[in-house]
Amino acid sequence: MSKTLVWVEHDNASVKDATLAVVTAAAQIGEVTALVAGSSCDGAAAAAAQIAGVSKVLKADDAAYANALAENVAPLVAGLMADYDAFVAPATTTGKNIAPRVAALLDVMQVSDILSVEGPKTFTRPIYAGNAIATVESSDAKIVVTVRGTAFAKAEATGGSAAVEAVAAAGDAGTSTFIGSEIAKSERPELTSAKIIVSGGRALKDAETFQSVITPLADKLGAGIGASRAAVDAGYVPNDYQVGQTGKIVAPEIYIAVGISGAIQHLAGMKDSKTIIAINKDEDAPIFQVADIGLVGDLFTLVPELTGKL
Amino acid sequence: MKALVCVKRVIDYNVKPRVKADGTGVDLANVKMSMNPFDEIAVEEAIRLKEKGVVTEIVAVSVGPAKAQETLRTALAMGADRAILVVSEDEVEPLAVAKIVKAIADEEQPGLIITGKQAIDDDANQVGQMVAALLGRPQGTFANEIAVEGDSVVVKREIDGGLETVKLALPAIVTTDLRLNEPRYASLPNIMKAKSKPLASKTPADYGVDIAPRLKTLKVTEPPVRSAGIKVPDVDALVAKLKEMGVA
Repeated sequence: MSKTLVWVEHDNASVKDATLAVVTAAAQIGEVTALVAGSSCDGAAAAAAQIAGVSKVLKADDAAYANALAENVAPLVAGLMADYDAFVAPATTTGKNIAPRVAALLDVMQVSDILSVEGPKTFTRPIYAGNAIATVESSDAKIVVTVRGTAFAKAEATGGSAAVEAVAAAGDAGTSTFIGSEIAKSERPELTSAKIIVSGGRALKDAETFQSVITPLADKLGAGIGASRAAVDAGYVPNDYQVGQTGKIVAPEIYIAVGISGAIQHLAGMKDSKTIIAINKDEDAPIFQVADIGLVGDLFTLVPELTGKL
Repeated sequence: MKALVCVKRVIDYNVKPRVKADGTGVDLANVKMSMNPFDEIAVEEAIRLKEKGVVTEIVAVSVGPAKAQETLRTALAMGADRAILVVSEDEVEPLAVAKIVKAIADEEQPGLIITGKQAIDDDANQVGQMVAALLGRPQGTFANEIAVEGDSVVVKREIDGGLETVKLALPAIVTTDLRLNEPRYASLPNIMKAKSKPLASKTPADYGVDIAPRLKTLKVTEPPVRSAGIKVPDVDALVAKLKEMGVA
Protein backbone atom coordinates (compact mmCIF):
# COMPACT_ATOMS: atom_id res chain seq x y z
CA MET A 1 0.00 0.00 0.00
CA SER A 2 1.17 3.49 -0.78
CA LYS A 3 2.41 5.74 1.98
CA THR A 4 1.38 9.38 1.88
CA LEU A 5 2.88 12.37 3.68
CA VAL A 6 0.34 15.09 4.42
CA TRP A 7 1.28 18.72 4.93
CA VAL A 8 -0.52 19.92 8.05
CA GLU A 9 -1.54 23.56 7.97
CA HIS A 10 -1.50 24.93 11.51
CA ASP A 11 -0.76 27.90 13.73
CA ASN A 12 1.60 25.89 15.98
CA ALA A 13 -1.18 25.45 18.60
CA SER A 14 -4.00 23.97 16.53
CA VAL A 15 -4.63 22.46 13.12
CA LYS A 16 -6.38 24.49 10.44
CA ASP A 17 -9.53 23.16 8.81
CA ALA A 18 -7.91 22.90 5.36
CA THR A 19 -5.91 19.91 6.60
CA LEU A 20 -8.98 17.75 7.25
CA ALA A 21 -10.07 17.54 3.61
CA VAL A 22 -6.46 16.79 2.64
CA VAL A 23 -6.39 13.81 5.00
CA THR A 24 -9.51 12.44 3.29
CA ALA A 25 -7.87 12.79 -0.14
CA ALA A 26 -4.56 11.32 1.06
CA ALA A 27 -6.32 8.32 2.63
CA GLN A 28 -7.67 7.49 -0.85
CA ILE A 29 -4.06 7.29 -2.10
CA GLY A 30 -2.58 5.37 0.82
CA GLU A 31 -1.69 5.24 4.51
CA VAL A 32 -1.54 8.74 6.01
CA THR A 33 1.38 10.22 7.90
CA ALA A 34 0.90 13.84 8.92
CA LEU A 35 3.85 16.25 8.90
CA VAL A 36 3.72 19.11 11.39
CA ALA A 37 6.58 21.50 10.69
CA GLY A 38 6.69 24.54 12.91
CA SER A 39 8.20 26.21 15.92
CA SER A 40 6.95 25.15 19.38
CA CYS A 41 4.31 23.14 17.57
CA ASP A 42 3.49 20.48 20.22
CA GLY A 43 -0.14 21.66 20.29
CA ALA A 44 -0.55 21.29 16.54
CA ALA A 45 1.16 17.88 16.56
CA ALA A 46 -1.19 16.67 19.32
CA ALA A 47 -4.19 17.95 17.37
CA ALA A 48 -2.97 16.27 14.17
CA ALA A 49 -2.59 12.98 16.06
CA GLN A 50 -6.31 13.05 16.84
CA ILE A 51 -7.49 13.39 13.24
CA ALA A 52 -9.29 10.21 12.23
CA GLY A 53 -7.33 8.36 9.56
CA VAL A 54 -3.88 9.64 10.50
CA SER A 55 -1.62 6.72 11.40
CA LYS A 56 1.49 8.65 12.40
CA VAL A 57 2.55 12.25 13.01
CA LEU A 58 6.01 13.54 12.20
CA LYS A 59 6.93 16.65 14.14
CA ALA A 60 9.72 18.89 12.87
CA ASP A 61 10.09 21.55 15.55
CA ASP A 62 12.60 24.23 14.69
CA ALA A 63 12.75 28.03 14.54
CA ALA A 64 13.45 27.71 10.80
CA TYR A 65 9.91 26.39 10.25
CA ALA A 66 8.12 29.10 12.26
CA ASN A 67 6.54 30.77 9.23
CA ALA A 68 6.54 27.90 6.74
CA LEU A 69 9.08 29.58 4.46
CA ALA A 70 9.29 27.41 1.35
CA GLU A 71 13.10 27.69 1.19
CA ASN A 72 13.37 25.98 4.59
CA VAL A 73 10.41 23.64 4.49
CA ALA A 74 10.79 22.17 0.98
CA PRO A 75 14.19 20.49 1.63
CA LEU A 76 12.77 18.97 4.84
CA VAL A 77 9.81 17.50 2.96
CA ALA A 78 11.92 16.37 0.01
CA GLY A 79 14.26 14.57 2.44
CA LEU A 80 11.39 12.80 4.19
CA MET A 81 9.94 11.72 0.85
CA ALA A 82 12.58 8.98 0.60
CA ASP A 83 10.16 6.94 2.72
CA TYR A 84 6.87 8.00 1.12
CA ASP A 85 5.14 7.56 -2.24
CA ALA A 86 3.06 10.72 -2.24
CA PHE A 87 3.16 14.24 -0.81
CA VAL A 88 -0.29 15.73 -0.36
CA ALA A 89 -0.85 19.39 0.51
CA PRO A 90 -3.90 21.66 0.56
CA ALA A 91 -4.34 24.05 -2.37
CA THR A 92 -4.10 27.00 0.02
CA THR A 93 -1.57 29.79 -0.46
CA THR A 94 0.80 27.86 1.84
CA GLY A 95 0.37 24.57 -0.02
CA LYS A 96 0.69 26.22 -3.43
CA ASN A 97 3.86 27.95 -2.28
CA ILE A 98 5.58 24.84 -0.94
CA ALA A 99 4.43 21.83 -2.98
CA PRO A 100 5.84 22.80 -6.42
CA ARG A 101 9.18 23.51 -4.76
CA VAL A 102 9.10 20.02 -3.25
CA ALA A 103 8.10 18.51 -6.60
CA ALA A 104 11.00 20.15 -8.44
CA LEU A 105 13.47 18.97 -5.77
CA LEU A 106 12.15 15.43 -6.34
CA ASP A 107 12.19 15.94 -10.14
CA VAL A 108 8.49 15.13 -10.48
CA MET A 109 5.50 17.00 -11.91
CA GLN A 110 2.91 18.24 -9.46
CA VAL A 111 -0.80 17.69 -10.01
CA SER A 112 -2.45 20.91 -8.83
CA ASP A 113 -5.80 21.36 -7.10
CA ILE A 114 -7.17 17.82 -7.49
CA LEU A 115 -10.93 17.26 -7.39
CA SER A 116 -10.86 13.48 -7.04
CA VAL A 117 -8.59 10.47 -6.70
CA GLU A 118 -9.34 8.01 -9.53
CA GLY A 119 -6.47 5.64 -8.83
CA PRO A 120 -3.12 5.61 -7.04
CA LYS A 121 -1.65 7.86 -9.72
CA THR A 122 -4.76 9.15 -11.49
CA PHE A 123 -6.56 12.35 -10.54
CA THR A 124 -9.06 14.83 -11.90
CA ARG A 125 -8.38 18.54 -11.84
CA PRO A 126 -9.97 21.70 -13.24
CA ILE A 127 -8.30 23.62 -16.07
CA TYR A 128 -9.26 26.81 -17.94
CA ALA A 129 -10.89 28.41 -14.88
CA GLY A 130 -12.92 25.30 -14.23
CA ASN A 131 -14.42 25.25 -17.73
CA ALA A 132 -12.91 21.81 -18.32
CA ILE A 133 -12.02 18.88 -16.08
CA ALA A 134 -8.89 16.92 -16.97
CA THR A 135 -8.19 13.36 -15.86
CA VAL A 136 -4.43 12.92 -15.61
CA GLU A 137 -2.21 9.98 -14.80
CA SER A 138 1.26 10.55 -13.43
CA SER A 139 4.20 8.48 -14.65
CA ASP A 140 6.51 9.80 -11.92
CA ALA A 141 7.92 7.58 -9.20
CA LYS A 142 6.64 9.93 -6.49
CA ILE A 143 3.36 11.78 -6.48
CA VAL A 144 3.00 15.41 -5.43
CA VAL A 145 -0.55 16.78 -5.36
CA THR A 146 -2.38 19.76 -3.94
CA VAL A 147 -5.99 19.21 -2.94
CA ARG A 148 -9.02 21.40 -3.50
CA GLY A 149 -10.52 21.49 -0.01
CA THR A 150 -14.12 21.93 -1.13
CA ALA A 151 -13.98 18.77 -3.26
CA PHE A 152 -13.39 16.34 -0.39
CA ALA A 153 -15.32 15.68 2.83
CA LYS A 154 -13.49 16.70 5.97
CA ALA A 155 -11.95 13.94 8.09
CA GLU A 156 -13.12 13.87 11.71
CA ALA A 157 -10.88 16.14 13.80
CA THR A 158 -11.03 13.75 16.75
CA GLY A 159 -11.15 10.02 17.29
CA GLY A 160 -7.67 9.18 16.06
CA SER A 161 -4.73 8.31 18.28
CA ALA A 162 -1.59 8.45 16.17
CA ALA A 163 1.88 8.38 17.70
CA VAL A 164 3.94 11.55 17.42
CA GLU A 165 7.52 11.07 16.30
CA ALA A 166 10.05 13.91 16.25
CA VAL A 167 12.16 14.27 13.11
CA ALA A 168 15.41 16.16 12.71
CA ALA A 169 15.29 19.63 11.19
CA ALA A 170 16.97 20.20 7.84
CA GLY A 171 18.34 23.59 8.88
CA ASP A 172 17.80 27.15 7.68
CA ALA A 173 18.52 27.77 3.99
CA GLY A 174 19.46 31.30 4.96
CA THR A 175 18.09 32.90 1.79
CA SER A 176 14.77 34.21 3.10
CA THR A 177 13.52 35.97 6.22
CA PHE A 178 9.99 36.45 7.50
CA ILE A 179 9.40 40.14 8.23
CA GLY A 180 5.78 40.27 9.33
CA SER A 181 2.17 39.78 8.39
CA GLU A 182 -1.08 41.72 8.35
CA ILE A 183 -3.84 39.24 9.02
CA ALA A 184 -7.38 40.56 8.69
CA LYS A 185 -9.21 39.96 11.97
CA SER A 186 -12.72 38.68 11.55
CA GLU A 187 -15.40 37.21 13.78
CA ARG A 188 -17.09 35.77 10.71
CA PRO A 189 -16.90 32.18 9.53
CA GLU A 190 -13.83 31.66 7.38
CA LEU A 191 -14.73 31.99 3.71
CA THR A 192 -13.56 28.55 2.58
CA SER A 193 -15.47 26.74 5.34
CA ALA A 194 -18.58 28.97 5.67
CA LYS A 195 -21.94 27.27 5.10
CA ILE A 196 -23.45 30.47 3.73
CA ILE A 197 -21.62 33.22 1.86
CA VAL A 198 -22.91 36.64 0.90
CA SER A 199 -20.76 38.11 -1.83
CA GLY A 200 -20.75 41.58 -3.32
CA GLY A 201 -19.57 43.03 -6.60
CA ARG A 202 -18.74 46.32 -8.23
CA ALA A 203 -22.38 47.46 -8.08
CA LEU A 204 -21.95 48.10 -4.35
CA LYS A 205 -20.38 51.49 -5.25
CA ASP A 206 -17.88 51.97 -2.40
CA ALA A 207 -16.53 50.51 0.83
CA GLU A 208 -19.18 52.17 3.03
CA THR A 209 -22.06 51.01 0.83
CA PHE A 210 -20.59 47.49 0.72
CA GLN A 211 -20.53 47.43 4.52
CA SER A 212 -24.00 48.91 4.94
CA VAL A 213 -25.68 46.61 2.40
CA ILE A 214 -23.80 43.30 2.62
CA THR A 215 -22.80 43.12 6.31
CA PRO A 216 -26.32 43.23 7.86
CA LEU A 217 -27.51 40.44 5.54
CA ALA A 218 -24.42 38.34 6.34
CA ASP A 219 -24.92 38.98 10.06
CA LYS A 220 -28.55 37.87 9.84
CA LEU A 221 -27.54 34.62 8.11
CA GLY A 222 -24.35 34.01 10.10
CA ALA A 223 -22.61 34.06 6.75
CA GLY A 224 -19.08 34.68 5.53
CA ILE A 225 -18.51 37.67 3.25
CA GLY A 226 -16.94 37.35 -0.17
CA ALA A 227 -16.38 39.67 -3.11
CA SER A 228 -15.71 39.74 -6.81
CA ARG A 229 -12.35 40.90 -8.13
CA ALA A 230 -13.94 44.17 -9.25
CA ALA A 231 -15.03 44.92 -5.68
CA VAL A 232 -11.57 44.11 -4.34
CA ASP A 233 -9.76 46.11 -7.00
CA ALA A 234 -12.05 49.07 -6.30
CA GLY A 235 -10.97 48.86 -2.66
CA TYR A 236 -14.38 47.99 -1.15
CA VAL A 237 -12.88 45.06 0.78
CA PRO A 238 -9.41 43.50 1.33
CA ASN A 239 -8.07 41.10 -1.29
CA ASP A 240 -8.44 37.96 0.82
CA TYR A 241 -12.22 38.34 0.32
CA GLN A 242 -11.85 37.58 -3.40
CA VAL A 243 -13.74 34.57 -4.70
CA GLY A 244 -12.66 33.26 -8.09
CA GLN A 245 -10.08 31.53 -10.27
CA THR A 246 -7.24 33.46 -8.67
CA GLY A 247 -8.83 34.09 -5.29
CA LYS A 248 -10.56 31.63 -3.00
CA ILE A 249 -12.50 28.61 -4.25
CA VAL A 250 -15.64 28.14 -2.20
CA ALA A 251 -18.53 25.68 -2.23
CA PRO A 252 -20.94 26.66 0.53
CA GLU A 253 -24.52 25.41 0.97
CA ILE A 254 -25.80 28.80 -0.12
CA TYR A 255 -23.96 31.46 -2.11
CA ILE A 256 -25.71 34.79 -2.45
CA ALA A 257 -24.22 36.93 -5.24
CA VAL A 258 -25.21 40.55 -4.91
CA GLY A 259 -24.43 42.92 -7.77
CA ILE A 260 -22.05 40.41 -9.37
CA SER A 261 -22.32 39.98 -13.16
CA GLY A 262 -20.80 36.50 -13.16
CA ALA A 263 -17.57 36.65 -15.20
CA ILE A 264 -15.90 33.29 -16.00
CA GLN A 265 -13.16 34.04 -13.48
CA HIS A 266 -15.65 34.60 -10.67
CA LEU A 267 -17.79 31.57 -11.52
CA ALA A 268 -14.63 29.42 -11.31
CA GLY A 269 -14.54 30.15 -7.59
CA MET A 270 -18.15 29.45 -6.62
CA LYS A 271 -20.04 27.40 -9.18
CA ASP A 272 -19.85 24.26 -7.05
CA SER A 273 -21.96 25.91 -4.36
CA LYS A 274 -25.05 23.86 -3.54
CA THR A 275 -27.53 26.66 -4.06
CA ILE A 276 -26.66 29.90 -5.83
CA ILE A 277 -28.87 32.93 -5.34
CA ALA A 278 -28.31 35.99 -7.51
CA ILE A 279 -29.62 39.49 -6.99
CA ASN A 280 -28.87 41.74 -9.95
CA LYS A 281 -30.68 44.47 -11.84
CA ASP A 282 -29.48 43.18 -15.25
CA GLU A 283 -31.66 40.22 -16.12
CA ASP A 284 -29.20 39.18 -18.83
CA ALA A 285 -26.24 39.00 -16.44
CA PRO A 286 -24.34 35.69 -16.88
CA ILE A 287 -24.75 34.98 -13.15
CA PHE A 288 -28.39 34.06 -13.83
CA GLN A 289 -27.22 31.17 -16.03
CA VAL A 290 -25.79 29.40 -12.98
CA ALA A 291 -28.13 30.74 -10.30
CA ASP A 292 -30.74 28.39 -8.83
CA ILE A 293 -32.79 31.32 -7.64
CA GLY A 294 -32.63 34.70 -9.30
CA LEU A 295 -34.13 38.00 -8.25
CA VAL A 296 -34.00 40.85 -10.74
CA GLY A 297 -34.02 44.35 -9.33
CA ASP A 298 -32.17 47.09 -7.54
CA LEU A 299 -29.98 45.63 -4.83
CA PHE A 300 -30.12 48.85 -2.80
CA THR A 301 -33.82 48.30 -2.12
CA LEU A 302 -33.99 44.48 -2.36
CA VAL A 303 -31.14 43.56 -0.02
CA PRO A 304 -32.24 45.75 2.93
CA GLU A 305 -35.79 44.46 2.41
CA LEU A 306 -34.51 40.88 2.43
CA THR A 307 -32.45 41.54 5.56
CA GLY A 308 -35.51 43.02 7.25
CA LYS A 309 -37.73 40.05 6.42
CA LEU A 310 -35.39 37.32 7.61
CA MET B 1 20.88 43.97 -12.49
CA LYS B 2 19.30 41.99 -15.26
CA ALA B 3 15.68 40.86 -15.01
CA LEU B 4 14.28 37.75 -16.68
CA VAL B 5 10.54 37.78 -17.32
CA CYS B 6 8.63 34.64 -18.30
CA VAL B 7 5.56 35.04 -20.48
CA LYS B 8 3.09 32.52 -21.86
CA ARG B 9 0.73 32.62 -24.81
CA VAL B 10 -2.68 31.50 -23.61
CA ILE B 11 -6.33 31.65 -24.60
CA ASP B 12 -7.65 35.20 -24.08
CA TYR B 13 -9.13 35.49 -20.61
CA ASN B 14 -12.49 36.69 -21.93
CA VAL B 15 -13.04 33.64 -24.13
CA LYS B 16 -15.17 30.82 -22.79
CA PRO B 17 -13.22 27.65 -23.64
CA ARG B 18 -14.98 24.75 -25.34
CA VAL B 19 -14.09 21.15 -24.66
CA LYS B 20 -13.51 19.07 -27.82
CA ALA B 21 -16.19 16.49 -28.48
CA ASP B 22 -13.65 13.63 -28.51
CA GLY B 23 -12.50 14.51 -25.00
CA THR B 24 -8.85 15.06 -25.97
CA GLY B 25 -8.63 18.66 -24.84
CA VAL B 26 -9.90 22.19 -25.26
CA ASP B 27 -10.56 23.52 -28.76
CA LEU B 28 -8.01 26.26 -29.46
CA ALA B 29 -8.52 26.47 -33.23
CA ASN B 30 -9.53 30.00 -34.26
CA VAL B 31 -9.65 31.18 -30.66
CA LYS B 32 -8.22 34.55 -29.66
CA MET B 33 -4.90 34.13 -27.86
CA SER B 34 -3.14 36.70 -25.65
CA MET B 35 -0.39 37.10 -23.11
CA ASN B 36 -1.29 35.43 -19.81
CA PRO B 37 -2.66 38.32 -17.65
CA PHE B 38 -0.31 37.58 -14.74
CA ASP B 39 2.66 37.73 -17.12
CA GLU B 40 1.64 41.21 -18.30
CA ILE B 41 1.89 42.21 -14.65
CA ALA B 42 5.34 40.60 -14.49
CA VAL B 43 6.55 42.52 -17.56
CA GLU B 44 5.11 45.75 -16.17
CA GLU B 45 6.91 45.26 -12.84
CA ALA B 46 10.24 44.64 -14.57
CA ILE B 47 9.77 47.82 -16.60
CA ARG B 48 8.95 49.84 -13.48
CA LEU B 49 12.12 48.52 -11.82
CA LYS B 50 14.08 49.58 -14.89
CA GLU B 51 12.49 53.03 -14.76
CA LYS B 52 13.61 53.27 -11.12
CA GLY B 53 17.16 52.43 -12.20
CA VAL B 54 17.18 49.11 -10.32
CA VAL B 55 17.09 46.92 -13.41
CA THR B 56 19.40 47.56 -16.36
CA GLU B 57 18.13 45.07 -18.92
CA ILE B 58 14.91 43.07 -19.32
CA VAL B 59 14.96 39.72 -21.11
CA ALA B 60 11.56 38.25 -21.92
CA VAL B 61 11.38 34.46 -22.27
CA SER B 62 8.61 32.26 -23.62
CA VAL B 63 8.36 28.51 -24.11
CA GLY B 64 5.70 27.65 -26.64
CA PRO B 65 4.70 27.41 -30.29
CA ALA B 66 6.28 29.60 -32.99
CA LYS B 67 3.27 31.89 -32.64
CA ALA B 68 4.37 32.76 -29.10
CA GLN B 69 6.65 35.17 -30.96
CA GLU B 70 3.66 37.57 -30.97
CA THR B 71 3.49 37.37 -27.19
CA LEU B 72 7.19 38.19 -26.92
CA ARG B 73 6.76 41.12 -29.35
CA THR B 74 4.06 42.42 -27.01
CA ALA B 75 6.51 42.22 -24.11
CA LEU B 76 9.11 44.02 -26.22
CA ALA B 77 6.58 46.69 -27.16
CA MET B 78 5.76 47.22 -23.48
CA GLY B 79 9.45 47.81 -22.74
CA ALA B 80 11.46 44.58 -22.59
CA ASP B 81 14.88 44.87 -24.26
CA ARG B 82 15.20 41.50 -25.95
CA ALA B 83 13.50 38.15 -26.10
CA ILE B 84 14.21 34.44 -26.20
CA LEU B 85 11.64 32.03 -27.67
CA VAL B 86 12.07 28.35 -26.94
CA VAL B 87 9.94 26.71 -29.60
CA SER B 88 7.87 23.62 -28.94
CA GLU B 89 4.61 22.97 -30.77
CA ASP B 90 3.73 20.39 -28.12
CA GLU B 91 2.50 21.46 -24.73
CA VAL B 92 5.37 21.75 -22.24
CA GLU B 93 4.67 20.96 -18.60
CA PRO B 94 5.66 23.36 -15.80
CA LEU B 95 8.57 21.16 -14.67
CA ALA B 96 10.12 21.19 -18.17
CA VAL B 97 9.48 24.94 -18.53
CA ALA B 98 11.18 25.46 -15.17
CA LYS B 99 14.21 23.46 -16.34
CA ILE B 100 14.46 25.55 -19.52
CA VAL B 101 14.18 28.77 -17.52
CA LYS B 102 16.84 27.49 -15.14
CA ALA B 103 19.19 26.83 -18.05
CA ILE B 104 18.54 30.32 -19.45
CA ALA B 105 19.12 31.81 -15.99
CA ASP B 106 22.44 29.97 -15.76
CA GLU B 107 23.48 31.68 -19.00
CA GLU B 108 22.02 35.10 -18.39
CA GLN B 109 22.62 35.37 -14.61
CA PRO B 110 19.61 37.60 -13.88
CA GLY B 111 19.30 39.18 -10.43
CA LEU B 112 15.56 38.81 -10.55
CA ILE B 113 13.26 36.37 -12.34
CA ILE B 114 9.65 37.49 -12.53
CA THR B 115 6.81 35.18 -13.59
CA GLY B 116 3.04 35.27 -13.25
CA LYS B 117 1.59 33.32 -10.33
CA GLN B 118 -0.30 31.02 -12.66
CA ALA B 119 -1.27 30.61 -16.29
CA ILE B 120 -5.01 30.84 -16.88
CA ASP B 121 -5.03 27.77 -19.15
CA ASP B 122 -3.51 24.97 -17.06
CA ASP B 123 -4.06 26.85 -13.75
CA ALA B 124 -1.02 24.98 -12.40
CA ASN B 125 0.69 27.70 -10.32
CA GLN B 126 4.03 25.87 -10.32
CA VAL B 127 6.68 27.30 -12.66
CA GLY B 128 8.03 30.09 -10.42
CA GLN B 129 8.36 27.83 -7.40
CA MET B 130 10.02 25.11 -9.50
CA VAL B 131 12.52 27.53 -11.03
CA ALA B 132 13.39 28.73 -7.53
CA ALA B 133 13.88 25.14 -6.35
CA LEU B 134 16.06 24.19 -9.33
CA LEU B 135 18.25 27.28 -8.89
CA GLY B 136 18.31 26.86 -5.11
CA ARG B 137 17.19 30.49 -4.79
CA PRO B 138 14.44 32.08 -2.64
CA GLN B 139 10.92 32.66 -3.93
CA GLY B 140 8.45 35.47 -3.35
CA THR B 141 5.17 34.06 -4.62
CA PHE B 142 1.87 35.91 -5.10
CA ALA B 143 3.59 39.31 -4.86
CA ASN B 144 1.45 42.33 -4.07
CA GLU B 145 4.38 44.74 -3.70
CA ILE B 146 8.11 44.38 -4.33
CA ALA B 147 11.03 46.61 -3.40
CA VAL B 148 14.69 45.93 -4.15
CA GLU B 149 16.88 47.03 -1.24
CA GLY B 150 20.60 46.55 -1.84
CA ASP B 151 21.32 42.84 -2.26
CA SER B 152 17.83 41.72 -1.26
CA VAL B 153 14.22 42.12 -2.33
CA VAL B 154 11.35 42.72 0.06
CA VAL B 155 8.15 41.10 -1.16
CA LYS B 156 4.68 41.64 0.27
CA ARG B 157 2.70 38.49 -0.52
CA GLU B 158 -1.02 37.85 -0.77
CA ILE B 159 -1.84 34.95 1.55
CA ASP B 160 -5.16 33.40 2.60
CA GLY B 161 -5.66 35.48 5.73
CA GLY B 162 -4.21 38.76 4.47
CA LEU B 163 -0.69 39.85 3.59
CA GLU B 164 2.78 38.66 4.57
CA THR B 165 6.16 40.30 4.05
CA VAL B 166 9.37 38.38 3.40
CA LYS B 167 12.91 39.49 2.61
CA LEU B 168 14.79 37.44 0.03
CA ALA B 169 18.48 37.40 -0.82
CA LEU B 170 19.13 38.19 -4.51
CA PRO B 171 19.10 36.54 -6.95
CA ALA B 172 15.47 35.65 -6.31
CA ILE B 173 12.29 34.55 -8.07
CA VAL B 174 9.09 36.55 -7.73
CA THR B 175 5.64 35.53 -8.99
CA THR B 176 3.05 38.23 -9.53
CA ASP B 177 -0.44 38.50 -8.10
CA LEU B 178 -3.22 40.57 -9.65
CA ARG B 179 -2.76 43.66 -7.55
CA LEU B 180 0.98 44.14 -7.98
CA ASN B 181 0.40 46.76 -10.67
CA GLU B 182 -1.74 47.88 -13.60
CA PRO B 183 0.04 46.84 -16.82
CA ARG B 184 0.51 49.53 -19.46
CA TYR B 185 -0.66 49.34 -23.05
CA ALA B 186 1.96 49.25 -25.76
CA SER B 187 1.79 52.41 -27.89
CA LEU B 188 1.80 52.15 -31.67
CA PRO B 189 5.33 53.63 -32.06
CA ASN B 190 6.58 51.14 -29.46
CA ILE B 191 4.88 48.26 -31.26
CA MET B 192 6.75 49.34 -34.42
CA LYS B 193 10.04 49.65 -32.53
CA ALA B 194 9.54 46.23 -30.95
CA LYS B 195 9.70 44.64 -34.41
CA SER B 196 13.41 45.45 -34.62
CA LYS B 197 14.36 44.38 -31.11
CA PRO B 198 16.36 41.13 -30.91
CA LEU B 199 14.42 37.87 -30.59
CA ALA B 200 16.45 34.66 -30.38
CA SER B 201 14.78 31.42 -31.38
CA LYS B 202 15.87 28.27 -29.54
CA THR B 203 14.68 24.75 -28.91
CA PRO B 204 14.44 22.75 -25.67
CA ALA B 205 17.29 20.57 -27.01
CA ASP B 206 19.56 23.67 -27.08
CA TYR B 207 19.26 23.66 -23.31
CA GLY B 208 19.46 19.89 -22.98
CA VAL B 209 15.98 19.67 -21.49
CA ASP B 210 13.78 16.63 -22.04
CA ILE B 211 10.22 17.86 -22.45
CA ALA B 212 8.53 14.47 -22.50
CA PRO B 213 5.37 14.88 -20.42
CA ARG B 214 5.26 13.25 -16.99
CA LEU B 215 1.49 13.52 -16.80
CA LYS B 216 -0.70 11.74 -19.30
CA THR B 217 -4.04 13.38 -19.97
CA LEU B 218 -6.52 10.53 -20.17
CA LYS B 219 -9.48 12.73 -20.98
CA VAL B 220 -10.89 16.22 -20.77
CA THR B 221 -14.57 16.66 -20.05
CA GLU B 222 -17.10 19.44 -19.56
CA PRO B 223 -17.76 20.24 -15.92
CA PRO B 224 -21.15 19.08 -14.63
CA VAL B 225 -23.89 21.39 -15.88
CA ARG B 226 -26.05 23.06 -13.28
CA SER B 227 -29.75 22.47 -13.73
CA ALA B 228 -31.75 25.48 -14.81
CA GLY B 229 -32.79 27.76 -12.00
CA ILE B 230 -35.87 29.82 -11.42
CA LYS B 231 -36.47 33.52 -11.06
CA VAL B 232 -38.55 34.75 -8.15
CA PRO B 233 -40.69 37.86 -8.53
CA ASP B 234 -40.01 39.55 -5.21
CA VAL B 235 -38.25 39.45 -1.86
CA ASP B 236 -41.12 37.62 -0.16
CA ALA B 237 -40.80 34.73 -2.60
CA LEU B 238 -37.03 34.63 -1.97
CA VAL B 239 -37.58 34.61 1.80
CA ALA B 240 -40.03 31.73 1.37
CA LYS B 241 -37.40 29.80 -0.62
CA LEU B 242 -34.76 30.45 2.02
CA LYS B 243 -37.15 29.20 4.71
CA GLU B 244 -37.77 26.04 2.67
CA MET B 245 -34.01 25.47 2.73
CA GLY B 246 -34.03 25.79 6.50
CA VAL B 247 -32.36 29.19 6.58
CA ALA B 248 -33.75 31.95 8.81
